[in-house]
Amino acid sequence: MSVPKTMFEKVWAAHEVTPQTKDTPAVIFIDLHLTHEVTSPQAFTLLRERGLKLRRPDLTLATMDHSTPTRTEQVFGGAPISIESAAKQIRQLEKNCLEFGVELLGLQDARRGIVHIIGPELGLTQPGKTIVCGDSHTSTHGAFGALAFGIGTTEVGHVLATQCLLQKKPKTCAIEVRGKLSPGVTPKDLILAIIGKVGVSGGMGYVFEYRGEAIRAMSMDQRMTVCNMSIEAGARAGMIAPDETTCAYLKDTPRAPKGKDWDAMVAYWKTLPSDKSASFDKLVEIDASSLEPMVTYGTNPGMVVPVTGRIPDRRGDAVFDAAMAYMGLTAGQAIGGAPVNVVFVGSCTNGRLVDLRAAANVLRGRKIAKGVQMLVVPGSQEVKRRAEAEGLAEVFKAAGAEWRESGCSMCLGMNGDTVSKGKYSVSTSNRNFEGRQGVGARTLLASPETAAASAVLGRVADPRQFLDA
Amino acid sequence: MKPINNIRSRTVVMPSTNIDTDQIVPARFLTTTSKLGLGKALFADWRYDADGKPRPDFILNKSEADGCRILVAGRNVGCGSSREHAPWALVDYGFQAVVSTEIADIFKNNSLKNGLLPVVIDEATHAWLIAHPGAEIEVDLASSSLKIADRPPVAFPIDAFARYCLMSGVDELGFLLSKDSEIRAYESRDGL
Ligand code: SF4
Repeated sequence: MSVPKTMFEKVWAAHEVTPQTKDTPAVIFIDLHLTHEVTSPQAFTLLRERGLKLRRPDLTLATMDHSTPTRTEQVFGGAPISIESAAKQIRQLEKNCLEFGVELLGLQDARRGIVHIIGPELGLTQPGKTIVCGDSHTSTHGAFGALAFGIGTTEVGHVLATQCLLQKKPKTCAIEVRGKLSPGVTPKDLILAIIGKVGVSGGMGYVFEYRGEAIRAMSMDQRMTVCNMSIEAGARAGMIAPDETTCAYLKDTPRAPKGKDWDAMVAYWKTLPSDKSASFDKLVEIDASSLEPMVTYGTNPGMVVPVTGRIPDRRGDAVFDAAMAYMGLTAGQAIGGAPVNVVFVGSCTNGRLVDLRAAANVLRGRKIAKGVQMLVVPGSQEVKRRAEAEGLAEVFKAAGAEWRESGCSMCLGMNGDTVSKGKYSVSTSNRNFEGRQGVGARTLLASPETAAASAVLGRVADPRQFLDA
Repeated sequence: MKPINNIRSRTVVMPSTNIDTDQIVPARFLTTTSKLGLGKALFADWRYDADGKPRPDFILNKSEADGCRILVAGRNVGCGSSREHAPWALVDYGFQAVVSTEIADIFKNNSLKNGLLPVVIDEATHAWLIAHPGAEIEVDLASSSLKIADRPPVAFPIDAFARYCLMSGVDELGFLLSKDSEIRAYESRDGL
């Protein structure tokens, strides 16, 4: 019998071109390299400067999402992209992809979308693969049992040129989720609670593996929400073992293997889950059944409380005091009822179809409160088409929300979709850092359900009051 | 890259915990397609007011920060996004080392690739540095230690390979390219 291995260790071992030694890191082969307009230009410049070629065009895919407009007239109507430097960046990506032979899902491509949403949709994200992208939320793809992590632009250049990365082996941490989530409590609430528990640097140096009943019960869309925010606890990656749900999602996606190849892949995927007696370097346990909808109150995702709770009193702690001053909130204040000016539903955390359905369920037959601006931005054009086909777009528009083309949008406010100074935004994205959604913007992270309920009431609200019994 | 042996400088101290990459370079500056000139965007929202005027109370706008090449930051500096624009901005501004008790993973990797030394030290030394802004210190790569006058040197961890690359001015891409035959062997083995 060989030594029992964790899923991470199996995937790692299968990708060692050369193993780690005392003097050098391991050389790890990358099965899928996703890239976008913001973190790639300097990498292509590096290739050009050194006279290098793209090593594996077949394993490389580019899309545009971060600085890309979400206004239909700018995407399809021929109107100029409002930010000149963003337009230039988008043109540069087109040029680079053409010159180096990278497949690009361009501005008007029906398959375009946020990089972490299109990989799974196309069926390129698969169990057991190593997947990288110049973006920290690459951890999303770990929901399929892939080893997926974010890299910097220099490393983007390494992968373009060699299809490999130099890596030191991280440690493993099992996140054991016991029990079931209650109605109205979502995977977003679970991951916010996990980050609250572990802390924003608690996962540093680790690859998480999420396990347990509540995880198994989730759809792929929901598992992606959990893995997406692994980086918010400082972890290198997050993984979930592939199972029937994973296979059912991937079957018949455009780029998944077909026929005999499919059967062979499924057989391989079944070998991936961690062996029963495999040991992890660290274990974190959390009880899903005790959780409530969660909302952040501060300036990092670990500053989080149940929507029925109060902001803790940590006056005297510099991080807390600075966060309260920035947010304009006070220690001990009930978070429910806090003011809301903007509501954003979207991003690679919660911009998939299940998320839009969840928000629409709350909004159906209701209007958003006067004075509140609500933006619903599908994570991809595919999500957009499906949401329109199901009538979700009509629900959003009838409620008074704006319905846009896909992209990162207000998650990081690069494309001009921003929250103004001092305004409160309830957002389904993943970061509530100072200025993330715009200079001086105040972000409260929550689930799509909580975001929609807060839009209806015009203040931070518990979504459970809107859910049909 | 130029080889680095040691960095000796006065420190700039920014004691905040969790200084994330959105603070180091706000997203609106990421539409650039070059690495150069990002020093102007470094800590932009802390450094300038709404009209773009320097805020006099921000440390980088004070004369004592002039010429400092070592940044001492609170715990968990560099958390958040993978944008390499963060170390590019720090380097473009003139910093050569970042010192803290915890430095986020991707930021640390990105820094090493740009000749910006991530120096992780113990809490007591960190507390001393925070309490003594502007202290003249030395980051010595050969001995992987931080030297502060009158205090015993403090060892900091650094990956052996990264240190070798920094000290000899070798870049990792060169190393990876030299593994071409191993990569080919891997590709044919796996039928990739
Ligand atoms: S949606 Fe937000 S977190 Fe996701 S890739 Fe885009 S900017 Fe990054």
